[in-house]
Amino acid sequence: MHETRVPGWNEPDFPSAAKVLLEESQLRKNVKHATNVIANKRSLVVGELKDWQKLRDAGSRIREHVLENLSAYLLQFEEACTRAGGTVHWARDAEDANRIVVELVRKHAAEEVLKIKSMTTEEIGLNDALESAGIHPHETDLAELIIQLGKDRPSHIVVPALHKNRQQVREIFRREMHLEDLGERPEDLAAAARSYLRERFLRIPVAVSGANFLIAETGGVCVVESEGNGRMCLTLPRVLITVAGIEKVLPRFQDLEVFLQTLPRSATGERMNPYNSVWTGVSPGDGPEEFHVILLDNGRSRILHDEEARQTLKCIRCGACQNACPVYRQTGGHAYGSVYAGPIGAILTPQLHKLEESESLPYASSLCGACYEVCPVKIDIPEVLIHLRGQIVRRQQETGKLEPWNIGMQMAAMALKNGQRLHAAQRLGRIAQAPFVKDSGFIEKLPFMLSGWTQTRDLAPLPAESFREWWAKRPQSPSGPKTERKR
Amino acid sequence: MLVSLFITCYNDTLFPETGKAVVRVLERLGHTVEFRPEQSCCGQMHWNTGYLSEAVPLIRHFVEVFRDAEVICVPSSSCVAMIRDHYRKAALASGDEQFLADVESVTGRVYEFSEFLVNKLGVEDVGAYFPHRVTYHASCHSLRSLQLGEIPFRLLRQVRGLELVELKGLDQCCGFGGTFAIKNADVSSAMLADKVLSVLNTGAEVCTAVDNSCLMHLAGSLHRQRTFTRTAHLAEILASEAI
Repeated sequence: MHETRVPGWNEPDFPSAAKVLLEESQLRKNVKHATNVIANKRSLVVGELKDWQKLRDAGSRIREHVLENLSAYLLQFEEACTRAGGTVHWARDAEDANRIVVELVRKHAAEEVLKIKSMTTEEIGLNDALESAGIHPHETDLAELIIQLGKDRPSHIVVPALHKNRQQVREIFRREMHLEDLGERPEDLAAAARSYLRERFLRIPVAVSGANFLIAETGGVCVVESEGNGRMCLTLPRVLITVAGIEKVLPRFQDLEVFLQTLPRSATGERMNPYNSVWTGVSPGDGPEEFHVILLDNGRSRILHDEEARQTLKCIRCGACQNACPVYRQTGGHAYGSVYAGPIGAILTPQLHKLEESESLPYASSLCGACYEVCPVKIDIPEVLIHLRGQIVRRQQETGKLEPWNIGMQMAAMALKNGQRLHAAQRLGRIAQAPFVKDSGFIEKLPFMLSGWTQTRDLAPLPAESFREWWAKRPQSPSGPKTERKR
Repeated sequence: MLVSLFITCYNDTLFPETGKAVVRVLERLGHTVEFRPEQSCCGQMHWNTGYLSEAVPLIRHFVEVFRDAEVICVPSSSCVAMIRDHYRKAALASGDEQFLADVESVTGRVYEFSEFLVNKLGVEDVGAYFPHRVTYHASCHSLRSLQLGEIPFRLLRQVRGLELVELKGLDQCCGFGGTFAIKNADVSSAMLADKVLSVLNTGAEVCTAVDNSCLMHLAGSLHRQRTFTRTAHLAEILASEAI
């Protein structure tokens, strides 16, 4: 069994990366199985709730309200958190945030840190930054541990090692933990991870976490998880550092009522997460003695100013759109070349980074709408995808960088301008297609950019008579024969 | 009722039989059909691919052509979805109040073919005879935007001689997605392979849908693989009669 090839982050483009991954039959099997299991569990527990659509509406409205009043809620959070004994830091970008974490860890002379599963720290590349500063991070979430030990990249927001099966996990643990006789039952793997992690929980004095929610009213921070390894990191170390995107704030403690129902059901198909931790500042003799929150912008306030795309920031990182997406289900997450994969990644990544560096992502969707249907905060992902496609096209046109696609679409727009032009195009098409029609009566190979179609699909040629031609000749139409005007 | 047919550029050019079938069904039910030859395209391909400003003249043209139509019947759910989901946004962005008013007025009179029969005309039995094993593919737009639900099934169940077989994974996209099928040909083909497998597993002779775009995609693979399963738009099944 060979290791999954992982395309370099941010390169190559989606279609090329997908092409490579589609050859990985084991990976595709793993991804399809895992997404099916989670999606089915989700639809069972979502189906139980009669007020699911109302919960989606409520979640959507709360998140919209937050985004409209973001600075006020962030300041309120800062004040409440500080009052409770926490320290709030503001980070403009990834570099800022990484620098603050490294400085804090150094202040405590720690050479290792514990990490709780966090997409935000993946986004800023914290592990690499720590390593370059001579600090070794230990991932404690089981899936993140698999990824870290396997020198891999996460492929899913919630289930980062979803592309690996049990046998592959056993191989990684056996090799990296030096356990020659390790079995492959889930119990064996869990036990191996447990003893590996326990030793670290008890030894390492600093932990870094992300956050599911920040609560403006109380200054509290909420993390939900399934394993309890997060709870260990939140309670055992002396110093706790939380890195959270600025959009993660909720107005009131009471708002958790909505999200602690919708998030676990959407994410893992559970009615409730096994571990729901909410902590506020520090309490003497209980948990960390020192608590820091780093509020990360990293492109978010720019997204906030784009009215059409702002809804992207409503995301609560449940990953339901990934499990539902027929594109993701074929390729897995690595094809997206970004920390955030799937439909949410296809809209978030191009906005967090430079759009021109991830132009293939907004096109990595058939616009089937399955993502919008399952989104617990009603992000209309297809609408945002089209909006971003619009920006890409506009930029290409403004910079005069006209690709064949651009020229083709301009020509099509001219041909479709009215009925007469369409009719002319139909007649022209019948002449132009002649060399491509095979003896089978079908087109089996198309040239240039259209060749993608005939890779796996034949195409019926244009029929001898279009509908409008048939209609024009129709002798006894009850509504009378019609001919085209201005012909 | 005078029914104005928006055939769609795609059906007009590639699937004239679908348009003829719509005309046959509606006339058989005693309605008068008109076809306005000035019509062209709803603008979906340009809009969805990001050519938003190129789509606007097509949207304006549609609104102009059908401004005074009593009802507009469209044998394509994705074109209806384009009209319902995006026309208003395009008009709002233009800042042209007359355009917006026209869009809002026209949009309310647009019906997808099967929903027109069942919801507007209140008909489920159109007197069709089609003695074949048939499976129904729900296109994404019919499922999630138009939310047709049971409507196509209600029509198919009334067709004499027809044996309806269930397609597994009904909510899964066939991978067409307009320009997606070309821009992401490999992923699109992988999605199509799953869908074609489901279709072949039904043992159906005919796979039907309310969108010829999905059917062209499916047929492309069914033909390439030299299978005996063919595709036909729902209208063509409903237009079939016992001789």
